[in-house]
Amino acid sequence: MNFLSIFVAVPLLMLLGLWLVKGQNGIRAVMVAGSTILLIAAAVLTVMFLQERAVNDAEMLFTASFDWIKPLHIKYSVGVDGISVAMLLLSAVIVFTGTFVSWDMNKEYFLWFTLLSAGVFGFFISIDMFTMFMFYEVALIPMYLLIGVWGTGKKEYAAMKLTLMLMGGSAFLMCGIFGIFYGAGGETMNIVDIANQTNGAHAIPVEVQHIWFPLTFAGFGVLGALFPFHTWSPDGHASAPTAVSMLHAGVLMKLGGYGCFRIAMYLMPQGAQDLGWIFLILTGISVVYGAFSACVQTDLKYINAYSSVSHCGLVLFGILMVNQVAATGAVIQMLSHGLTTALFFALIGMIYGRTHTRDIREMSGLMRIMPFLAVCYVIAGLANLGLPGFSGFVAEMTIFVGAFEHADTFHRFLTIAGCTSIVITAVYILRLVGKVLYGTATNEHHLHLTDARWEERFAVICLIFCIAALGTAPLWVSNMIGTGVAPIVDHISSFATNASFNPFF
Amino acid sequence: MIQLNYILILSAVMMFAGIFGFLTRRSTLAILLSIELMLNATDLNFAVFNRMLWQDGHEGYFFALFSIAITAAESAIAIAIMINVYRQLKDISVGKLEKMKF
Amino acid sequence: MFTYTILILLLPFLSFLLLGLFGNKLSHKLAGLIGTFSLGVVFLLSCYTAYEYFVTVGRGASGVYEAFVPYNITWLPLGSLHFDMGILLDPISVIMLIVISTVSFMVHIYSFGYMHGERGFQRYYAFLSLFTMSMLGLVVATNIFQMYLFWELVGVSSYLLIGFYYTQKAAIAASKKAFIVTRFADMFFLIGILIFGYYTGSFSFSFVNELKLADGVAAFIPADASRAMAAGSFILPTALTLMFIGGAGKSAMFPLHIWLPDAMEGPTPVSALIHAATMVVAGVYQVARMFPMWIEYAPQAMSIIVWVGVLTAFYAAAVAMAQSDIKRVLAFSTISQIAFMMVALGVCLPGHETVLDNHAQLGYMAGMFHLFTHAMFKACLFLGAGCIIHAVHSNEMREMGGLRKYMPVTHFTFLFSCLAISGIPPFSGFFSKDEIITACFQYSPVVGWVMTGIAAMTAFYMFRLYYGIFWGTENKEAHAHHTPHEAPWTMTIPLIFLTFITMTCGWIVNFGSFISASGLDYPIHLDTKIAITSTVIAVVSICIATYIYKGEKQPVADKLQAAMPRLHQWAYKRFYLDEVYQYITHRIIFKHISKPIAWFDRHIIDGFFNFLAWGTHELGFQIRGFQSGAIQKYAFIFLLGALILMLIMIL
Repeated sequence: MNFLSIFVAVPLLMLLGLWLVKGQNGIRAVMVAGSTILLIAAAVLTVMFLQERAVNDAEMLFTASFDWIKPLHIKYSVGVDGISVAMLLLSAVIVFTGTFVSWDMNKEYFLWFTLLSAGVFGFFISIDMFTMFMFYEVALIPMYLLIGVWGTGKKEYAAMKLTLMLMGGSAFLMCGIFGIFYGAGGETMNIVDIANQTNGAHAIPVEVQHIWFPLTFAGFGVLGALFPFHTWSPDGHASAPTAVSMLHAGVLMKLGGYGCFRIAMYLMPQGAQDLGWIFLILTGISVVYGAFSACVQTDLKYINAYSSVSHCGLVLFGILMVNQVAATGAVIQMLSHGLTTALFFALIGMIYGRTHTRDIREMSGLMRIMPFLAVCYVIAGLANLGLPGFSGFVAEMTIFVGAFEHADTFHRFLTIAGCTSIVITAVYILRLVGKVLYGTATNEHHLHLTDARWEERFAVICLIFCIAALGTAPLWVSNMIGTGVAPIVDHISSFATNASFNPFF
Repeated sequence: MIQLNYILILSAVMMFAGIFGFLTRRSTLAILLSIELMLNATDLNFAVFNRMLWQDGHEGYFFALFSIAITAAESAIAIAIMINVYRQLKDISVGKLEKMKF
Repeated sequence: MFTYTILILLLPFLSFLLLGLFGNKLSHKLAGLIGTFSLGVVFLLSCYTAYEYFVTVGRGASGVYEAFVPYNITWLPLGSLHFDMGILLDPISVIMLIVISTVSFMVHIYSFGYMHGERGFQRYYAFLSLFTMSMLGLVVATNIFQMYLFWELVGVSSYLLIGFYYTQKAAIAASKKAFIVTRFADMFFLIGILIFGYYTGSFSFSFVNELKLADGVAAFIPADASRAMAAGSFILPTALTLMFIGGAGKSAMFPLHIWLPDAMEGPTPVSALIHAATMVVAGVYQVARMFPMWIEYAPQAMSIIVWVGVLTAFYAAAVAMAQSDIKRVLAFSTISQIAFMMVALGVCLPGHETVLDNHAQLGYMAGMFHLFTHAMFKACLFLGAGCIIHAVHSNEMREMGGLRKYMPVTHFTFLFSCLAISGIPPFSGFFSKDEIITACFQYSPVVGWVMTGIAAMTAFYMFRLYYGIFWGTENKEAHAHHTPHEAPWTMTIPLIFLTFITMTCGWIVNFGSFISASGLDYPIHLDTKIAITSTVIAVVSICIATYIYKGEKQPVADKLQAAMPRLHQWAYKRFYLDEVYQYITHRIIFKHISKPIAWFDRHIIDGFFNFLAWGTHELGFQIRGFQSGAIQKYAFIFLLGALILMLIMIL
């Protein structure tokens, strides 16, 4: 077995372990041990990757491939590049902290939670379209149960909505994947092989790309909260239990951006060049629209969900710019948004667990009551609005500088529209902070609430540490991601744009 | 020697009587009887085809026996269900058995 | 050389980390001492840097102070561009180091007394350290992006400090407003930076080093300015103007000034440090930093700076005349004075023979000079106001009056600072303001006279304030109940120190030998005509103010107010600009953009998906009749189908 498979094997072993152990402490032990191993594995992988990258400039490193369903050309192929290493690291951090956040949950919850993380890890290490799709589905399905059973509020509705919308996306995606497979000759499902099958022209005919690119992109876009397919996000996040929100917003939504980049754009470069403008407009709308929507929400989780729509819009916006800087920025934004939003959801969960309300009109003055959580919330808010020193600033600046490399009016207009989001973000974050944390406590039920417990503090501090580390020393991450982004961007931009498809040029 | 045609006509009559009964009767017991009638018609066909056209083989007999065994099991289950239904509803006519629909 | 300058940034940062993370474990005294001590070291280091820079190293061969870059590392590569972090020492950044570290150090000492026993004392010092670090980082930035980064950080520390009393509604609203308004302006700054970076191929301030004797203008055209030129001559002016909007937001220029008066909700030492002396002049500093680019590529666009500055100066002075909250008066006075600096930078003309010419660009020196002097006396005024508020526990002028006998030290330092800001010799304000007005007259007599008039208004409202506090009607009732007392020594020492600087720095050294547009030595000479005119006008204004406000009863003031109730009301309400903004943000943006978008999202987009789900469900419901569950029906249809098929096959 390849070293990478450890990321799938460990969650599976954790499932076994969870099944065997008894009692809350046993469950916790298995979860902590497993997620620590994953975190260490991710860290080790990063180091190994950086060393290997220095001497080996193959596109994917640590590759391995096993026949799985031979007649259908389906293989279990794994491999990583800079982007996937970054994503694995992110996932490991979130699974690790998510474990601590859901400290009191029962065995069944953790079983599904672990299965979900197995799907996520599997997705990021796969380089075979089918395997990737399979892991994608593995990651989606547990969500239904996690929300439907352990959620809050209108949980059945939310679980159903989320699952159905994402399944709808999967349907598009499935069509897209088969379109790519047969378009490229029906010989292989391996992403790198398909991309490199070019003999002058691309392996997939242009007309075929024009059909499947929008489908594939929209399919992943549903998960990446692309306007107008984002409405599962507010309801889903609002109802999901804390750690699930974290994992979902922090990692699962990244599957969308990652897939858009790695499958939709990489394998169908001409489609991306010709029809990318449609999605670029949609992402531009997402960015501003999500931010404006967040301004008037009254539920903490809704605010954060709309904020995610805005920030994930920025991810897709960055990759659709098709240049090295913007795409690197987009991947940093994935990391940044993943960490920040996970921190947010963790804190919201902790606050909700105490106040039993998420309505900002019913809370005030929490700073005096639970200073630790409140201070962390302010930090999360500042990180979210792109304060220097935190990861959001690095990501946003990189995206904007990259986006400015396009000098035409169409891109300029969208970039400037994107820039306005930094102001609107400030508006909703400060509104929230001012209403909920500052002021004097008006609700006397809140006066006797307690501050965070040790495991909660630990999770929160881990996340803040990661955000601050990424924000203060972005160089190595940026370089690592850059090595992953470069071949993809070069590949896409080696195909000329057919301007006749874009009415705005 | 009775001709093959006569027996086939008999089984056809049984078959159609069974189908007719199956489609028109309201009592589940009668429907079950109709099913038995149809199965017996086919069993008869198996047996007679084997006897008249394939005297070297035995598959037809076996199949008929097999079918009889299944029929027996099936009627046992069906009647058991009917008894239970009757206990609940005091009625076994199909028109009344709509509780489980939708 | 200058390798120790990194400590100037690191010390406050470490002190911030220490106090921020472990502040709660420390006693008030220890926390304050840590902050103050680190700032003291920074102050000494800054002074030493200035000494070494101006004296030990001195002028280079070409007669200008060379720029030094002791540190510059690539923080984040951005394709062909790169985001660097480093330290740039040139005359203006070194002077700014002095200004910031001095005022900050004084405020640290002062806060010992002012914030004594306050809840969150450690947090307060942590934020002060954070602010100082970011402000110092801003001024030593080696490139525009680093400036932007620290620019955001000062914005956030200002937000945190304004909202220090976070349980008070007014403080929350003010901090939010300050952050959002400046952030709005920062968006333009960012877009300006992006345009600048894209078209010139660099974010760096490397052009300052090329400033030599400026006959080789081409020398400081950044790497790829040809791109900018190709795109059209409007590109760089646009970029610079956008950056100026950012600066205008931070420096509270009209119409983005609305946050600054409200920012007075923060503790008074914070107002002195951030909202009077240092952060609010960041916009001025930014324009000064980009000055060579302005002069070379966008001299026409500089008229925007002038007119925005003039309008702001006038508006703020007019409003200051009617305010009753002493901190508000000082806030509007700050806005007005910063506008003076902006005007000074804007009135610079392109040189005749060389691009940078000391005489044509007198305003550059004047603006920076005024920045320096203003920081000192305005900090002193604010700290004085802090002492007064500390004594009477109110910001309102009607609670004061006749305080001169209770607080002699505060009284005299306040008086001297008022004289300085009014432009009375030999106080520092006289010299710097005089240079600004001279520069204005060079630009256009209209601007010159308008600015002279505004200077007169300044003298008037400052003395209105002075008399209102220390003379005038004494609120005897309140004072009998709670006798005002002089502030403790921790608070008076900074006042005395700052007053000392204010009294001497105008004439003791020649500021023009440190900073001038071309970098060459520029002996300041007073233009006698202008000096006499402005002094006379200032004295006259002070006399009028004395006449109106000194007495126990103030019949003239009441009569004036009664004669022009509408005007007074408008000025008191700051010409209702806040209400206009309130209307725009709440009515238009919230009600007519955000709410409809949120509604659209919930009802139209989400509605569509719910409709899909509902449609599927409904369709299933409609066709469920086919699955009746009646076997007999199925069998009948099956039979019928089989018969039809047979029929078809037979036929």
